[in-house]
Amino acid sequence: MSHQRPDPDALLRRVRAEEARERRGQLKVFLGASPGVGKTFTMLETARAKRTDGLDVAVGVVETHGRAETERLLQGLEIIPRHPIEYRGVRLEEFDLDAALARHPALLLVDELAHTNAPGSRHAKRWQDVEELLAAGINIYTTVNIQHFESLNDVVAQITGVTVRETVPDSVLERADEIELVDVTPDVLQQRLREGKVYVPEQAGRAIERFFRKGNLIALRELALRRTAERVDAQMRGYMAEQGIRETWATGERLLVCIGPSASAARLVRATRRMAARVHAEWFAVHVETPRDQRLSAAEREDILRAMELAEQLGGRPVTLSAQSAAEEILAFARLHNITRIIMGKTRRPRWRELLQGSLLDALVRGSGGIGVLAITGAEDEEGPGPTPTPGPRGSVPSEYASAAAIAVVPTLLGLIVRSTGVPVLPIDAAMLYLLAVVVASARFRRGPAVIASLVGIASFDFFFVHPFYTFSVSDVRYVLTFGVMLVVALVLGNLTGRIRSQAESAREREQRTSALYGLSRELAAARDRHAVLAAALRSLRDTFAIDAAALLPGEAGGVAVVGSPPYPFDERERAVAQWSFDHRQAAGRGTTTLPGAGALYLPLESSGRAVGVIGLPLANPAEFRDPARRRLLESLAGQTGAALDRLVLAERSRESEVEVEAERLRTALLSSLSHDMRTPLASIEGAASTLLQESEPAPAARRDLAATIVQESHRMGRLVANLLDMIRVEAGALQVQKEWQLLSDVVGVALLRTDEQLRGHPVTTAFPPDLPLVPMDEILLEQVFVNLLENAAKHTPPGTPIEVGATSRPGEVVAYVADRGPGLPPGEEETIFRKFHRGGGAAGGIGLGLTISRGIVTAHGGRIWAENRPEGGAIFRLALPISGTPPTLVAEEPVPNRQDPEAGTWNALPPSSS
Amino acid sequence: MERPAPLILLIEDEPQMRRFLRTALGANDYRLVEAETAKEGLAQAAARNPDVILLDLGLPDRDGLEVARELREWSPTPIIVLSARGREEDKVRALDLGADDYLTKPFGVDELLARIRVALRHAAMPPGTAPEPVFEAGELRVDLAARRVWRGDEEIHLTPTEYKLLTTLVRHAGKVLTHRQLLKEVWGANYANQSHYVRVYMAQLRQKIEADPARPRLLLTEPGVGYRLRDE
Repeated sequence: MSHQRPDPDALLRRVRAEEARERRGQLKVFLGASPGVGKTFTMLETARAKRTDGLDVAVGVVETHGRAETERLLQGLEIIPRHPIEYRGVRLEEFDLDAALARHPALLLVDELAHTNAPGSRHAKRWQDVEELLAAGINIYTTVNIQHFESLNDVVAQITGVTVRETVPDSVLERADEIELVDVTPDVLQQRLREGKVYVPEQAGRAIERFFRKGNLIALRELALRRTAERVDAQMRGYMAEQGIRETWATGERLLVCIGPSASAARLVRATRRMAARVHAEWFAVHVETPRDQRLSAAEREDILRAMELAEQLGGRPVTLSAQSAAEEILAFARLHNITRIIMGKTRRPRWRELLQGSLLDALVRGSGGIGVLAITGAEDEEGPGPTPTPGPRGSVPSEYASAAAIAVVPTLLGLIVRSTGVPVLPIDAAMLYLLAVVVASARFRRGPAVIASLVGIASFDFFFVHPFYTFSVSDVRYVLTFGVMLVVALVLGNLTGRIRSQAESAREREQRTSALYGLSRELAAARDRHAVLAAALRSLRDTFAIDAAALLPGEAGGVAVVGSPPYPFDERERAVAQWSFDHRQAAGRGTTTLPGAGALYLPLESSGRAVGVIGLPLANPAEFRDPARRRLLESLAGQTGAALDRLVLAERSRESEVEVEAERLRTALLSSLSHDMRTPLASIEGAASTLLQESEPAPAARRDLAATIVQESHRMGRLVANLLDMIRVEAGALQVQKEWQLLSDVVGVALLRTDEQLRGHPVTTAFPPDLPLVPMDEILLEQVFVNLLENAAKHTPPGTPIEVGATSRPGEVVAYVADRGPGLPPGEEETIFRKFHRGGGAAGGIGLGLTISRGIVTAHGGRIWAENRPEGGAIFRLALPISGTPPTLVAEEPVPNRQDPEAGTWNALPPSSS
Repeated sequence: MERPAPLILLIEDEPQMRRFLRTALGANDYRLVEAETAKEGLAQAAARNPDVILLDLGLPDRDGLEVARELREWSPTPIIVLSARGREEDKVRALDLGADDYLTKPFGVDELLARIRVALRHAAMPPGTAPEPVFEAGELRVDLAARRVWRGDEEIHLTPTEYKLLTTLVRHAGKVLTHRQLLKEVWGANYANQSHYVRVYMAQLRQKIEADPARPRLLLTEPGVGYRLRDE
């Protein structure tokens, strides 16, 4: 492996991180080895110095614990008032995040990063508040003690015997831009403690005493120093990487820790994290769900979940895989992700069980090839990442035991009936019957009930059919073997049944998951707009989880709003949680640590690193989606939905950019055309008018001629402007079609009148059948179409050639035509003539918009327009207009003259052709 | 008795347009009063009592439609609305509000003078007086007293509705009538929105009256607005 060139991915990541950093506020952490070292004091001093430099400093929260020196430092600094929160009748004062965000100082002091917020606050932890402040671009000073580092939690507990509950993910501290170690020697610290200068919570009592023992303080100080040193090291490394300095250490390490159902999985995760930090490696926490996972107890599942969550908090990447064989899947994943080391817990299982069931460690070592496999000890019994094969009675209910026992009773009854008829029952026959019963019970139930069946069977067999009868004593020792066989058969079959059932169950679950995803993806692919996408997603959530979710989409100003009516009480508070989730692209609300007081869980719909919407799930139980399988399915569904929404956005954008390119082309062509087509008539008008204005007046005939030129050219310009305006309207999609039921002949009549002058010299024939139905259309727009077609026909054909206009009716539409006997269209150009700025060869005037406009208008009517060459010569333009909707009724006129009219007698004309 | 030349009030904010109309109308022996704004126009209409008002719909200070409505409240003076192409709804509304006719910009002098003549003629007829008993235009002759219709020498037979439609147009000859106005007159107020009636009957009427029904010369369609019977 060569490292001469910086890895492009790493470079990209660095650039991205830098970009994010520029927008993010800077975080400075004052780190101490233990309480009392003076972190808050140092922080305040530094902040005061900054303020003297003219920086806008505000105090978000600082705990002085009543110490006068500290309080003195606070004086003169702006303090953001705390926010009172009622909790179980106690009034708590909490840091006011919203006020701080609104105040937006350049530098904000937030003491005690590891603090847990009072219930009802937005975030469960103060470090989450800080993250949000940083994201908002506010610089932060904060303080933290070494024992609050998540990854050092167990180490500190080992050293001091005090378990610290308030922890901060290492990733938060690693992202800090600066860490200042506030260091005092243990002696000085103890001195301060004696002087009462260290804040000691009263309830802590003896624990605190133990905590501040000198040995502990030394150990904690060492931890803090080492942490800081590691960081300096990391900074140097980062510097070297940035400067392209050739790396001299084995980088590219990637670790994988196998997570199984064990209480020590968390310990394993922490150990891996420390190892990863030392070698600066990326690491994964992998759990493989096998069919045997079905048999895990709730506590074991909880262990796995907790370990995975911990891994995520510590900066690892939790991955849950699903497979039949854990070892194979882990190795496949490891190879795919260039894992260099696999870490797993050492098993303390008995050797015979390993021989019987195989050991995951063995399987991993055998298949690992170049990957290192490391087995480390946990405090307790540790199992591999696969599920514990501990057979649990999970899934067997009392009724199953009863049924199993009942099955075992059947042979007894049969045997006794046979015996009552006087036929002796041989022990070997009875044994066979009992064995059959055990087999039946084992095949139907899991191992527990199977064992019960075999025990009942053995007891009954002994009692009823082994000499001496009706006692449990056994005369012949070889029956013990029979008993043993029955028991083993029950165990083996019960195990098999259980396994098959688990496999069937997990297969069914998987199948359900797959079909849910497949169903959704199919629906999403068909969805044409955002509402259809969301409707499909909500349907899928309802089908899969039986939950009525709400979908939210961002509005114009980026604020999310519920689409449709929300299926659960949705107030402004809920919306705010959804908004937070959208803005921060993180899950929030019920079941999370952010705003857990909300009624629903809000998941952002993401794609390409952007939030495109939010899904709100009203959970009955906050832990509803902690199960990894459910969670993953939910996330897959959300992911698919996000991708589908994004696809629509992208499609729209590409359409927009296409339109833009086209618009650009249009502009260029328009400018060049305008300069010609507008200037020519303008030149004529100006020329004619200025001649008229000359002092020597032209002869009357010439004057008329000049005036006629002006009028004619003005008409030409008028048409040009009208066409341009129409074009713009068609282009902008602003064409408002006001359809009314019209007679085509009426519209054509107007068009013929308007083109009277151009058509002079062309005999025009019309053919409109009297029974031509009414067509819904916009007469002004359609008139424009016919004017364009007639003008074209007149322009492109020799004088004297006929022009035909007419229409025929077809089922559901009316097809009109304008035909000529001119030279026809150049072959192959039947379609291109409809494009913008396409000019017919040698055409005089016009910038080639007429046909484009006509097509725009006809299309807006839902119709089609096309051109053909006529077999006998000439071109024909046809346009088909759909007869959509119900034609209006027309009450036919009484074919009798109005007799009530007193004068009607003088007018006795009967209509020869009434409607 | 020598009557003074008709007085025309022009309410128009475009100076070029006013200049053109001043020249054109002056050359044709009309007197002209000009107003640049709606306010001024209304004042002039009250003060000068013009014979015809030319009203531009795109005025700077007020909506031309409002001006038309206000004028109609107290003045029977014919109003000819001037507006650009593509604003057909405005024209229809102005006509339904009581304007007498319209001109689409740009227009020629001939068209303008024709409209003014029609307006003056209709205004000269005191309301309620019967029109000329015989109407003639091109080959068409309508004898309103005898209720008979001829094209050239040939008598034409019309249905009652066709006849009613034709006489309505004859009574307003030269003026545009909106679909709504025709529907109300011929079919009654209930039919005001059933414009297809007018279209169908107009087509029938053309079949009987026009020499070439596909290229009508008498019964003219005003697209998007209504119909007009040519009278000269």
